[in-house]
Amino acid sequence: MSSIDATANAKTIIGGHKSRTSALLLLLHMRTFVALILVFAFFAIAAPNFLTTGNMLIISKHVALNAILAIGMTFVIIAGGIDLSVGSIVGLCAMVAGYLVLYGIDLGFVGVAYSVQFNTIEICLIVLVVGILIGGINGLLITKLNVAPFIATLGILYVARGSALLFSEGRTFPNLSGNAEYGSDTFRVIGSGTFLGLPVSVWIMVVVALGAAYLATRTPLGRHIYAVGGNERGAALSGVNVDRTKLFVYMFSGLCAALVGLIISSQLQASHPASGETFELNAIAAAVLGGTSMSGGRGRIAGTIVGAFVIGILADGLIMMGVSSFWQTVIKGLVIIAAVVVDQVQQKLQARVVLQQNAN
Amino acid sequence: MTETHPIGLTIRNGSKIYPGTQALKNVDFDLRMGAVNVLVGENGAGKSTLMKIIAGVEQLNGGTIELDGQQVIFADKTDAARHGVGIVFQELNLFPNLTVAENIFVGHEKTRAGIHIDRQAQRTAAAALMKRLEQNIDPDTPLGNLRIGQQQIVEIAKALAENARILILDEPTSALSAAEVEVLFRVINDLKKQGVGIVYISHRLEELIRIGDYITVLRDGVITGSRSMQGVDIPWIVANMIGSASKEFPKTGDHQLGNEVFRVDNVCLPSPAGGYAVDHMSLSVREGEIVGLYGLMGAGRSELLECIMAQHPNSSGQLFIGGKPVKEKSVSGRIRRGLALIPEDRKRDGLVQIMTIRENLTMSSLHDFTRGFHLSLKAEAAKAAEFVKRMAIKIASLEHPVSSLSGGNQQKVVIGKALMTRPKILLMDEPSRGIDIGAKAEIFRTMRRLAADGLGILFVTSDLEEVLALSDRVLVMANGRLTGQFPAGASAAEVISAATPNLNRVETQ
Repeated sequence: MSSIDATANAKTIIGGHKSRTSALLLLLHMRTFVALILVFAFFAIAAPNFLTTGNMLIISKHVALNAILAIGMTFVIIAGGIDLSVGSIVGLCAMVAGYLVLYGIDLGFVGVAYSVQFNTIEICLIVLVVGILIGGINGLLITKLNVAPFIATLGILYVARGSALLFSEGRTFPNLSGNAEYGSDTFRVIGSGTFLGLPVSVWIMVVVALGAAYLATRTPLGRHIYAVGGNERGAALSGVNVDRTKLFVYMFSGLCAALVGLIISSQLQASHPASGETFELNAIAAAVLGGTSMSGGRGRIAGTIVGAFVIGILADGLIMMGVSSFWQTVIKGLVIIAAVVVDQVQQKLQARVVLQQNAN
Repeated sequence: MTETHPIGLTIRNGSKIYPGTQALKNVDFDLRMGAVNVLVGENGAGKSTLMKIIAGVEQLNGGTIELDGQQVIFADKTDAARHGVGIVFQELNLFPNLTVAENIFVGHEKTRAGIHIDRQAQRTAAAALMKRLEQNIDPDTPLGNLRIGQQQIVEIAKALAENARILILDEPTSALSAAEVEVLFRVINDLKKQGVGIVYISHRLEELIRIGDYITVLRDGVITGSRSMQGVDIPWIVANMIGSASKEFPKTGDHQLGNEVFRVDNVCLPSPAGGYAVDHMSLSVREGEIVGLYGLMGAGRSELLECIMAQHPNSSGQLFIGGKPVKEKSVSGRIRRGLALIPEDRKRDGLVQIMTIRENLTMSSLHDFTRGFHLSLKAEAAKAAEFVKRMAIKIASLEHPVSSLSGGNQQKVVIGKALMTRPKILLMDEPSRGIDIGAKAEIFRTMRRLAADGLGILFVTSDLEEVLALSDRVLVMANGRLTGQFPAGASAAEVISAATPNLNRVETQ
């Protein structure tokens, strides 16, 4: 083969594939969204009653919980870490919320026979602070004591779950209807109220998602999170405060978990110390399904939200079709693996396209 | 050297096409046994591709390979190794957690009955190889404990252990000290006598002339010159590499030096091995001055720059910028005060490879585009575009990952990132490492221009020619100490002798 032939050959190969490649890339780029539409369309046809308002509201309430956790998880994973403790933080925060609604804080331990009662806003703020603080402990263990994120958050998973059980000696706090006298009777609104026809919890998810997306794309802190996950040393030498950035993502993840804890205890009007168990796995699944790279540096909030919806609709739709819960678990696992495989294909294809553009 | 060397491997009409680019065009290459076949060319000229094809890592799209007159197709690297082709990559492929012996035999362990690893046999063989390579390295040492230069020697031992008849060395000296280079050259001569055909790739031209028997120059995938090394000089190589003889180093522009802008006072860094990695170093840089810091590997130059850039909390000493002491302990604080570092290892320290060119350029200056919390992507993109133009970075789009650029263009991104912080002092650690001659010349011109604009530059290099040609003042470091200080125009001999205060001891070892 002469050199001219070879060059011409190369050109036709590239030329012929070009339009198809870019269409395929677009499809791959939107894959989670495409998957969402397909899953949705499938159940709309196959499952009776799937496409009813009531069912949509139930799904969106379920999805909101997982999505909020997954948003926090996405930041942690982009920064190159992992947070296994979120499910336990949900449980602990639910218990704190329940305790505050039922009992307030008894000042007996400082020798005053008086207990301070809180209104709904105050309860929420305290619970959120608890979540942020536990996230902060994760962050400090990881940045200051150099504990691997997997280990640090695994430890806190147990500590937080144990603490939740200790709170009530394993019992449930029932009847969290609050007390109008203290202004805590509005507590149930978080989980069961609606605003403009949508559950409040869904609105919370929307606000958290928009805030997180803004943070990720339009603030220096967001950029730093990507940089730390992409190349920690390179980021540090560029003047990025790596420790502070990591501390932030774990605190933010803790905050998200606290929000979920509040929503759950309010929804059920009860706090159960086991609530939130294995939630961390669903959150990781949603983030990964949405295109977040476990090796850090890559991921988008919008992707995570779509990922959470895919998981939620899949679970709900399969239940409505009467598929056994064992099969549901199997299917969820396969979907996650498929998502990552497709992601690899996309990365390879994209790298090739960029190389071509550079060569031209 | 007039004896004829038999041709061991030939490539005829070799072509290699990657998506979107043709790396090799109708290449005819003869590899002579018992000789050093030098391969030279700018980055992207196709020499790595040619080398990978010989080693079986890549396959030709067109053309043939003949080994000892028999046409062969190497399916992969293992297949090529079976045919006696060994390769030592520039980037080390070693395992820091395994011992030297385990590294040498990884993948082809000496075993009893195919299962049980014969540690003793491996140890003995490794010790013999180390002796042959004149290294005093215990085969049981974990590889991670060795210096980079020693690791390179282990990599070579690994290829030798496979009884390679053809040995490809890609930039083998880039991490070696002068003494280690001498050892390597002795080993190469030894291998030549045993009839081994060596392919030798390097950017260091004077080294090629010294060690090579045959030279092949590549440009844009085409062989532009191929001959015996006799009578070859650097201008001939450069002319074939870049088309026309061009000056590698820009002339020193005449400009006035300003006041002292940066002073390092008594900086010390304790070494983990005891003693000091940086031993009471003091130096100063004036506005518009280029100070070259020369020294061999391990002289403590990079460590000094790291101390200046707040990477070693356990270092001591003082820094002054414009006469005022630097109290900031964080990198961002020091960047704010006007320090900027171009790290030696672009991949590891300079860039976030998976982020875009834009994001890498603005990484240190995000606060310039931020009001309150809000980062203006428009202002950011505009600034990034401005620097791409100013630094003449060749890109298709600002939004491509920085990893898609060539080494030279990546380096320009790193420099652009540093300049965007409007530094007063630029610290450059081996700014020309791993980039081709054309891009090097451009980087040097940029340094000159920046100095003329009043920036103080402190650059570290182990390239003697570079330090002599570029510097307004040459400082020499050895064993963590300042061992020499010369004005521009110093002689190479003086600089070398300052850099090797214990040369005699090394040579008589």
